[in-house]
Amino acid sequence: MTYITKPAVRHPALEKNALGLTRRDYEGAMSTLCAGCGHDSITASIIQAFFELAIPPHRAAKLSGIGCSSKATAYFMNEAHGFNGVHGRMPAIATGANAANRDLVYIGISGDGDSLSIGLGQLCHAIRRNVNMLYVLENNGVYGLTKGQFSASADVGTVSKRGEVNRHGPIDPVSLALTVGATFVARSFSGDRKQLVPILKAGLTHRGFAIVDVISPCVTFNDHEGSTKSYAHTRTHSYEVVQTDFVPLMTEITAEQDRDDVTAVTMHDGSTVMFRSVAEDYDPTDRDAALSFLRASQAKGEVATGLLYLEDSSEDMHAFENTVDRPLVDVPFGDLCPGSATLEELQKEWR
Amino acid sequence: MANDDIDRANDFALKIGTVNGTGSTSANAMLMQVIFRMGVPVSGKNLFPSNIQGLPTWYEIRVNKHGHLARTPDFDVMVAMNAETYARDIEEVVSGGYVIYDSTHPLDEELMRDDVTFFGVPFAKMCLERFKGARVRILMKNIAYVGTLAALLDMDVDLIREMLAEKFASKPKLIDSNMQAISLGYDYARENFECPLPVRMEPMDATSDSVILTGNTAAALGCVYAGATVGAWYPITPATSIMDAFKEFCGRFRKDPETGKNLYCIVQAEDELAAIGIVIGASWCGARAFTNTSGPGLSLMNEFLGLAYYAEVPAVVFDVQRAGPSTGMPTRTQQGDLFTVVYASHGDTKHIALFPADPEECFYFAVSAFDIAERFQTPVFVVSDLDIGMNDWMVPRLEWDEDYTPDRGKVLTAKDLEAMEVFHRYEDVDGDGIPYRTLPGVHAKGAYFTRGSGHDRYGRYTEDTEAYKDVVDRIARKIESAAAAVPEPEVRMAIDAPFGLVTIGACRGAVLEALEQLEADDIEISYMRVRGFPFHPSVGQFINDHEITFVVEQNRDGQLLKLLTVETGASKDKMTSVKYYGGFSLSAHHVVQGVTEALERAGRVPAGKV
Repeated sequence: MTYITKPAVRHPALEKNALGLTRRDYEGAMSTLCAGCGHDSITASIIQAFFELAIPPHRAAKLSGIGCSSKATAYFMNEAHGFNGVHGRMPAIATGANAANRDLVYIGISGDGDSLSIGLGQLCHAIRRNVNMLYVLENNGVYGLTKGQFSASADVGTVSKRGEVNRHGPIDPVSLALTVGATFVARSFSGDRKQLVPILKAGLTHRGFAIVDVISPCVTFNDHEGSTKSYAHTRTHSYEVVQTDFVPLMTEITAEQDRDDVTAVTMHDGSTVMFRSVAEDYDPTDRDAALSFLRASQAKGEVATGLLYLEDSSEDMHAFENTVDRPLVDVPFGDLCPGSATLEELQKEWR
Repeated sequence: MANDDIDRANDFALKIGTVNGTGSTSANAMLMQVIFRMGVPVSGKNLFPSNIQGLPTWYEIRVNKHGHLARTPDFDVMVAMNAETYARDIEEVVSGGYVIYDSTHPLDEELMRDDVTFFGVPFAKMCLERFKGARVRILMKNIAYVGTLAALLDMDVDLIREMLAEKFASKPKLIDSNMQAISLGYDYARENFECPLPVRMEPMDATSDSVILTGNTAAALGCVYAGATVGAWYPITPATSIMDAFKEFCGRFRKDPETGKNLYCIVQAEDELAAIGIVIGASWCGARAFTNTSGPGLSLMNEFLGLAYYAEVPAVVFDVQRAGPSTGMPTRTQQGDLFTVVYASHGDTKHIALFPADPEECFYFAVSAFDIAERFQTPVFVVSDLDIGMNDWMVPRLEWDEDYTPDRGKVLTAKDLEAMEVFHRYEDVDGDGIPYRTLPGVHAKGAYFTRGSGHDRYGRYTEDTEAYKDVVDRIARKIESAAAAVPEPEVRMAIDAPFGLVTIGACRGAVLEALEQLEADDIEISYMRVRGFPFHPSVGQFINDHEITFVVEQNRDGQLLKLLTVETGASKDKMTSVKYYGGFSLSAHHVVQGVTEALERAGRVPAGKV
């Protein structure tokens, strides 16, 4: 029951952010997903990220397609407009919304069916346009709402709950995003909030398309032995390649940054993302290296996580299109309509 | 019929057959322009292949002092520049007509006709001698036929010189070379043929309040004037030139004076699904947004159109129809998308549509479409076709009302929301079927969840029968009420006429011309052209008030007739179809023939008539 709102009672001692809002102010309707669903953990991390960044909820817009993951937009930030569109087409709606109002913070929630099958083209082209948004791909390897069919992210050899073996090669959203030119590419695990929250914060701050592939086990259809997207498999096979910390603008930078093994990347708004490579010599600013590292790790059956690639100075859709700095929806009609004198003058060319 | 005895000044048609990719477009545009500037009503139809270079292409020009500018298949003059199509081109000339051909190579004797006059002009040879470079020679060959026509048809050569001077103001060398080519053709004709012909030009003053433009240009300009800021599209013939023109106009009129940055955003999407999605996203955020497409694109947009209908998001869609089904004939015209437009998407849907007849209406209807889409919070289609969209039409000069303010519909401001206790997205507060909407980012109280899944009047997810019906029934009422907001039908009543005729879109010119011809034969028919859907209540009344109503349209299945039957309640038995769907523009003779045949079938032809 997504419309059931939670009681609005607040404990006076609740922690407040820079806007004076508590974490509760970033919550949404009650989740109707299965108990233990990875998606709900991701929702909690999203709430935490928005809360910590002190983004006014009504200045955010939440968009999604169709599927279990896409329901999640209802479960956070009641005070933000939400749009649950059609299957696989959320990137188009987000593109249009962003074209019209570039000042809002856009978060898209999608799944592996939504993003890698029916909406694969839309995802790729939103990346190419570098639409300024955070795109969270809640990846569980199955279609949940239609009861457990393999999705395009299912690994070869993975076994469904009914015992079928998947023979089709997976589409890895991270490699795909790197290949088509994504400027912010990360992978995380729904169960690792410590890793996920800084990544989400960095993604929300990034100017451009930030994709975060979050392995999010489906407790009902894909959490059994033989699945490569189960909690157990993900815990044993994922490993952090880079540790990421996000330091918002105006925050004092600690001694951490001066360590030899830490790389600091400054974002367009002055915030800083700090990387500490766990894997030897991993460079999250080298696209080709990241891609070949991921290929190698995938071949070993490992799931590499972290903020895997960041291009901090990227130009987004509005830079490509040379649109004005203010949102187009704020431009008064008088500035848009050329008027009757211009029309008269123009028509001299048509005689 | 071309005939020496009859004065054929300013009343003839000519056709030019060339090869596409040889630059004949500018020569043909020059012909149109000189006729227009001589003050004589003129229209041009470009019959082009779905190809870039090397295939046959034709341009038809009709000159008519009475202002009848629909296509006519009776060509008095043929300029045959493409040997590959000589046979059919020569065959198309009316008895007593004229053929101008390139006599550099002799014409096959077998192609000659006794009832037609042949004018051989050695275009290729003359251009070979005069100009350097293969490309220039080909281009100038086309300019040279303009010169020959100027001599034969008595066109004003000074005007041509003036036009060239304007066109190539920054490249004076081109003025000279073009004028040389004109003179080649002109002088040869004057020296070798008796000029002018009985079919000829005479200056008039019937075009001073008009302009020449295409419907796509006009539609794009309408979008600029309506204040549209987001355009999303996927290239498709014959709709592409809307976005091309929008881009050009925006480049001229939509730059921020301080920064030089764009006050618009055009997204060339990966497909039409994305294009309409982008429009929906932008409209949801409060921008005026549109897409331009044709049949195949429209088919792809169906799912999203249902979402916009049910979630009540404005969108403006220009459907420039081409001949279907499937890929069909992309460069031929048709009115075959009527069903697809008005019932787009699965489930119970119905969409508002506007049907312009010419570029003038494309401009004004484009502006109305945004007003109606925002007022009714739903997709609105502007349904034109290849003929309107891509051909050159002479239309009254466009005017802009400085007092126009956009109708943004029921959108709540931050102030409104601040003063409200609670906001419910789909509640029928005013009893008119139109709820209030909010835009993202304006106020926390305005937040709601937009969804294509079942929802109640509060915007909450529902699978409850009554709550679901409450919303879909209100939407049905809302759309029905738009009948009063779309442009009223154009009507010309013939006094006591037993017959009526209902038509749509680009059929207008041919129908009005046909009605004049029928009237001359004492067949009086009242005329109605529907300009919007849902149909105005007067449409059903019109059909019921006449014994027989002819429904003239350009598709195989009589889609308009069927829509009238279903949507007006008028009796199907009172209507009879007059259809033409071969892909070219409708001509008066199609209508006269169709109506006459129908009257004969009904036993209603006055003796000795027609």
